[in-house]
Amino acid sequence: MTKATAAIVGSGNIGTDLMYKLLRSETIEPRWMIGIDAQSPGLKRAADHGLHTGADGVEPLLSGAERPDLVFEATSAHVHKANAPRYAALGIQAIDLTPAAIGPAVVPAVNLGDHLDAPNVSLITCGGQATIPIVHAVSRVTEVPYAEIVASVASPSAGPGTRANIDEFTLTTSRGIETIGGAARGKAIIILNPAEPPMLMQDTVFCAIPADADHAAVTASIHETVAKVASYVPGYRLRTEPQFDEPTPVSGGLARVAVFLEVEGAGDFLPPYSGNLDIMTAAATKVGEGFAQRITARRAGA
Amino acid sequence: MPYSTDLDIRVTDSSLRDGSHAKQHQFTVDHVTSVVAALDDAGVPVIEVTHGDGLGGSSFNYGFSHTPEQELIKAAVKTARRARIAFLMLPGLGLQDDIREAADNGASICRIATHCTEADIAVQHFGLARELGLETVGFLMMSHSSPPEALARQARIMADAGCQCVYVVDSAGALVMEETGDRIAALVAELGDDAQVGFHGHENLGLGVANSVLAVRAGATQIDGSTRRFGAGAGNTPVEGFAAVAERLGIRTGIDVLKIIDAAEDVVRPVMDGECLLDRMSLTMGYAGVYSSFLKHAARQAGKYGVSGAEILLEAGRRKLVGGQEDQLIEIAVGLAERDRATAPTSPGK
Repeated sequence: MTKATAAIVGSGNIGTDLMYKLLRSETIEPRWMIGIDAQSPGLKRAADHGLHTGADGVEPLLSGAERPDLVFEATSAHVHKANAPRYAALGIQAIDLTPAAIGPAVVPAVNLGDHLDAPNVSLITCGGQATIPIVHAVSRVTEVPYAEIVASVASPSAGPGTRANIDEFTLTTSRGIETIGGAARGKAIIILNPAEPPMLMQDTVFCAIPADADHAAVTASIHETVAKVASYVPGYRLRTEPQFDEPTPVSGGLARVAVFLEVEGAGDFLPPYSGNLDIMTAAATKVGEGFAQRITARRAGA
Repeated sequence: MPYSTDLDIRVTDSSLRDGSHAKQHQFTVDHVTSVVAALDDAGVPVIEVTHGDGLGGSSFNYGFSHTPEQELIKAAVKTARRARIAFLMLPGLGLQDDIREAADNGASICRIATHCTEADIAVQHFGLARELGLETVGFLMMSHSSPPEALARQARIMADAGCQCVYVVDSAGALVMEETGDRIAALVAELGDDAQVGFHGHENLGLGVANSVLAVRAGATQIDGSTRRFGAGAGNTPVEGFAAVAERLGIRTGIDVLKIIDAAEDVVRPVMDGECLLDRMSLTMGYAGVYSSFLKHAARQAGKYGVSGAEILLEAGRRKLVGGQEDQLIEIAVGLAERDRATAPTSPGK
C-alpha cells in the first residue's frame, strides 16, 4: 500500500519529535520538513533522515509540482492562521498542533471518527489531550455537571508560546472539556513546576457526579479509556485507582471522582519528562494516520 | 527611601485572602464587612479580598467558595472609607477577564502571583492590569527555594512587564532571618527606582515579624500581614504585632496600634474557625519548605485515608511541589495508605 505523503511545517522541537514518530508510521511518509532558518538543527536532522527540507516557509512547497497529502503545522497560532486557507484551497488536510483552533477540535480516543474528512483539525492543548478522554469516560456512564482538570508540567517543557499566553491554554482546554468531554461546565488549571530533575507531566481530572453514581461502572469506563489512549501514547497511565468523594461544603456540595494521570514521553527526540509535548505529537500522528487511511483507500478505489 | 511622605512602609492586610485558606473559603459578606470596617478604622491602608488561591480559585482542587469572591470584593469596596481593596490572581488559574471584573467591582490593586521561577507567565496580566489603571504588585511565591540573584532576575521580568512592587513571598514560612534580608536586598539592587520591593511572611518557623523587620531594613517598602495571623499554615505575620514592633522601632505604618489590637481580638478572631497555630503540621511546613496552603488539604486527606498529615507534607516537600498542586496531596495520601496496608503487621496465627 502506498503511504500518504506529509509535510511537517515548523522545524523546532515539536516538529522534530513528530518527524521521528512519522518515520515509524506504516501509513504516512514524512517527505518534507519546512522551516524558516536554513541553519536550524531541525532541518539538518530532517535532511539526515532523507526528507526534503526548505527554509523559506510554505510557499515553495505549495507551488511545487508535487504537493503533500497532509500537513502537520507545528509553528505558531499566528503562522497557522496565515497558512490554513492556503492548505484548504489546495485540498491538503491540515493537522494543527498550534493553539490557532481553526478546525474542529479532535481527541483521537474520543472523536477522531467524526472528523476524518475535515480540511483542518485542531489538537486543542496537551492538557486537553490528556484529560478530555477521562471526562468523556465518566460522562458516557453518568451525568457530569462540572469537570475540572489540573495539568502540572515541568517548567523546561513549557515553551515561550505557552508562557506568553497562558489564558489561551486554560480557555481552550475548558472548552474542550465541555464540547468533547461532555461536561456541562469545564475548568482548566495549569501549573509549571521547576523541580530538578524535571517531573513527568501529571494531570488530575475531577468530575462532579451524582451522589448515587455507579462507582464500579465509572471506574471500568476510565480503565477502558486509559488503555485506548495508551495505545497511541504508550507512556499514558493511571498513577492510582480513581478516588471517590462524598459531597462536602468544600466540594461545593458535589460528589466527585478524582483521576490521577501521568504521561511519560516516548523520548523520540524530546526528553521523557515532557509528556505534555509527546502526547501532542503522538495524537497528531494518530490523527494523521486516520486521515492517511482514508486517502489511500480513496486512491485504491479510484 | 520611605514609602511616601506619611509612611515609611505600607502594610497590606491579607486576612480576607490568605485567611480564606484557614476558613476553607467559607467567607460571607458579613465576615468581610465586619473585618474591613475594623481594619479600615484602625488605619490599615490596603486590604486584600479574594479566594485564598486568587481569582477563579473556587474549585474542587482548592475548595469552593461559600460566597462568590467578586461579591466579597464588592462588599469590601462598599465598606472601606480610607483603605484600598486589593485582590490576588494566579496566571494559569485565574483569567484576564477575572481581573477586568474585579476592577469593575471597584478593587484598585491587582496582585499577580507566580512560582518564583515562572514570572514570564504573568506578562500579559501585568500589562492588562496597568491598562485598566490598576496599581500592580507581583508575588514571587516560594521565594525560599530560589537564591537571591535568581529571584532578582525574576523580579526584573515582572517589573519590565509593568509590575510596580515585587514581593518576596515566603509561602512556606521557611525563610530564616538573613535569608529574607539577602533576597530583599538583591531585589532592591536589581530594581532600583523601577519598582518597589515587598515582603510577605508566614509564621511556620515563628519568624513573621522578625523577617519583616529585616525586610524593611534591607529596603522593602511594602509588608504583608494578616490580623490575628489569619492565614495559611501557622498564619501570616500578625499585623497587630508588626504594627506594635514597627512603632517601637520608629517605622511609620499609619496603623493605630491599640485599635488594631482590639480589632484582632474583637472582630477578626470571632470570624476565624480557630487560631492559626504553630503546631506539628505547620512547623513541618516551615521546616520542610512546603506551601502553607497545603495545610488544610493535607489534614483533610490524612483524615480520609487514615495516614499522617505531617508525612503527607514531608512527601510534598520531597517532591518539590509548588503552589497550586493541591491535587497531588490526594495521590500522596493514597500512596501512604497503600504502604501502611502493605507493611501492617499481620494478625497472629497467619
